[in-house]
Amino acid sequence: MRVRITRRGGATQVSWLLSAVVTMGCLAAAMALSGGRSKAYTAYSLAVHKTASIPAFARKYGLRCSACHTVWPELNAFGQKFKDNGYQLGNDRDSPIWQNNAYWPIAMRTTPQVHLESTTNQVTDSSPGGKTLIQAGFDLSGIDFLLLGTLYKNITFGLVPTLDPDGTAGVEAAFVRFDNLGNSPWANLKVGKFELDNLLSEKRITWLSANGGFLYAYHYLPVGSTNNFGFGDNQIGAEFSGHSSNSYTRYTASLLSTDDGEPGLPGGKSVDAMFTLSQAWALGGGLGPQRVGVFGYLGHRPTTMETVGGGNPIPGTGSANKSFLRLGATAQLWLGNLELLPLFAHASDDAALGPGTDKPTWNSGLLEAHYVATPQLLFQARYELLRMSKQGDPAIPKTQGNADAFALGFRAYPFMFSRDGMAIHGEFAMTKTIGTVPLSGDGSGVDPVTPGTSVWSRSVMLGFDFAF
Amino acid sequence: MRPCTRWMAVASGWGVLLCATGATAARAQESHIGAVTGHAAAGKPLYTRYCAGCHGDDGDARGENAQWIDPKPRDFTLAVFKCRSTPTGSLPTDQDLFDAMTRGFVTTNMPPWLPLTDQTRADLVAYIKTFSPKWKTAKAGTPISIPAEPAPTIQSILHGRELFQKMECWKCHGPTGHGDGPSAATLTDNKDLPIHPYDFSSGSRFMCGVTNRDLYKIFMTGLDGTPMPSFADDIKPADGWDLVHFLRTLQPLSTPEAAIWRAWLASHANELKPIGPPGSGQ
Repeated sequence: MRVRITRRGGATQVSWLLSAVVTMGCLAAAMALSGGRSKAYTAYSLAVHKTASIPAFARKYGLRCSACHTVWPELNAFGQKFKDNGYQLGNDRDSPIWQNNAYWPIAMRTTPQVHLESTTNQVTDSSPGGKTLIQAGFDLSGIDFLLLGTLYKNITFGLVPTLDPDGTAGVEAAFVRFDNLGNSPWANLKVGKFELDNLLSEKRITWLSANGGFLYAYHYLPVGSTNNFGFGDNQIGAEFSGHSSNSYTRYTASLLSTDDGEPGLPGGKSVDAMFTLSQAWALGGGLGPQRVGVFGYLGHRPTTMETVGGGNPIPGTGSANKSFLRLGATAQLWLGNLELLPLFAHASDDAALGPGTDKPTWNSGLLEAHYVATPQLLFQARYELLRMSKQGDPAIPKTQGNADAFALGFRAYPFMFSRDGMAIHGEFAMTKTIGTVPLSGDGSGVDPVTPGTSVWSRSVMLGFDFAF
Repeated sequence: MRPCTRWMAVASGWGVLLCATGATAARAQESHIGAVTGHAAAGKPLYTRYCAGCHGDDGDARGENAQWIDPKPRDFTLAVFKCRSTPTGSLPTDQDLFDAMTRGFVTTNMPPWLPLTDQTRADLVAYIKTFSPKWKTAKAGTPISIPAEPAPTIQSILHGRELFQKMECWKCHGPTGHGDGPSAATLTDNKDLPIHPYDFSSGSRFMCGVTNRDLYKIFMTGLDGTPMPSFADDIKPADGWDLVHFLRTLQPLSTPEAAIWRAWLASHANELKPIGPPGSGQ
């Protein structure tokens, strides 16, 4: 076998595929030998709280997980329609009055796991010039308490308290939704904190590792940015949505607070706006219809705040709002049991939200592939890239912040019925970021010594993902 | 007959028999929904994914959820189906099964599978037909003809009300359509399991559809496997439509029939005789 090695900027680069195979083997061996000597305390920071695979619905309606999920937690067309209908099947038995008194709409999910994180060029006290850090051991994800259901026919609620692995509590989602206004599926109103209507949902993502459990397209911000927005973060506001009777046509229009889902009005007095639109067609013989969609987000962030006590900002008094924009297109395509999920996105921030005088812009694209061998076995892969097209400060190298992310994994479900679910989850993911820390939070959390230095961060994970 | 000729004759006979059986089996392995052809082989994994939890891996209504479900899921091994366009006692058409799957069954655990693609549902229909040998030995019935619906009038509604009394519909469905007639508590289905008559006052849809045409079809085909008989031999088509118009007035919906009925009742309520056992009503 020939190994292609090139030299660029002093760093050795191996082709992605070969690197993936070799690294997975080496890290698996390292994990076995390391015995969990250190803990990746920052890893998994973005990967916790994948909120939506809800056995409470399976118990309520007596349906297997596979009815609503291609493999859980990813929704299939039937599950999407069920969600769009306010978690109702529409059988005149959706109101809780028809449920046994003992039924309580709650489910929980967590993932005990063992994982290894390896990150290159990390600045530490003993190695100010940078070294490779390896962090490994047994670990836990956060715990999600999934309380979702109906308060009454066509009145839906969602409440998702969470516990981080260190015990910190949070509220991932809390909303009420009025469904089928005027007996029309085209009019639904949701108010509270909820996931944006992302066709490629990060909350139902089938990736869990520190480097694989999020999308750069949904979380990346340029070097020096003061913006805090993330598409993958649940937001607070109101969403008006609608769908056709089979949910093949869907739209949402939302007004959202300018604080990235943080309660307490810490942001400004403006509102963000988002829209999504998607259309599916029943083409081919795949597991689902072929869907394409577009999305856009116009947000604002304050650049000045009223202060008190010598400069402490007063929450909710932000002004001099400056805008940012996210636009994109995505699809869900089926070729038999093979699902392809491409996504392209363009992003820009106002110059005032960054370190320089220019408006930073960047683009990202990804292709995710799922092979659903059976409802109980999934093989998956993803490649994502992000490229800065313009930095806010001309002094920043154009490539700083660029990222490539690759992931490979499987999920095997030993059983599947309508009470609970468990997946044996294996995953290898790696990212290369230039001049910045990886978004996984792995490593020392300090930018590399030079802005042109590549940081490779790799995750190997074996977990037991269960919900009941 | 010479030995070789006899062998040829025997072989030919077996060949014809095998071909006939194979052809019938092949029909049972497919479904035809408009231009879509469903294939049982493709339907099998889909059935496991969507249906087996209730209907069971063998189609015998013994899935792991069945014990918790009321009414119980359909037993496909019996090939007895409620919602058909075909006469009572006959097999439904592929389209009937497809429509039932698409529509779901209101007030039961069977949801509308409309979001699945046509091909997926057609494949499922083909696979469902493999559970009973009836599909190999018999053809689907011929759909009944449904005459055009006359416009609802107060006369048709009142006549329908008379039929509701005369045909003793009230015995199961109750005098006001609440599903609480004197026989309601004793009803069982073809597996001797308790079954409840339809409650017109709470359902937004009928078991086999939403339209007046669907309701007419229910009278004329019956719901096989339930105590609901076919009235095809007992009432004329026009009577069927009158019954449809009356039953619409029992629903909590804003239908044309209900509007006509309310307007008439406003000035004629005292003319009505109560529905119920002989001697108590009209």
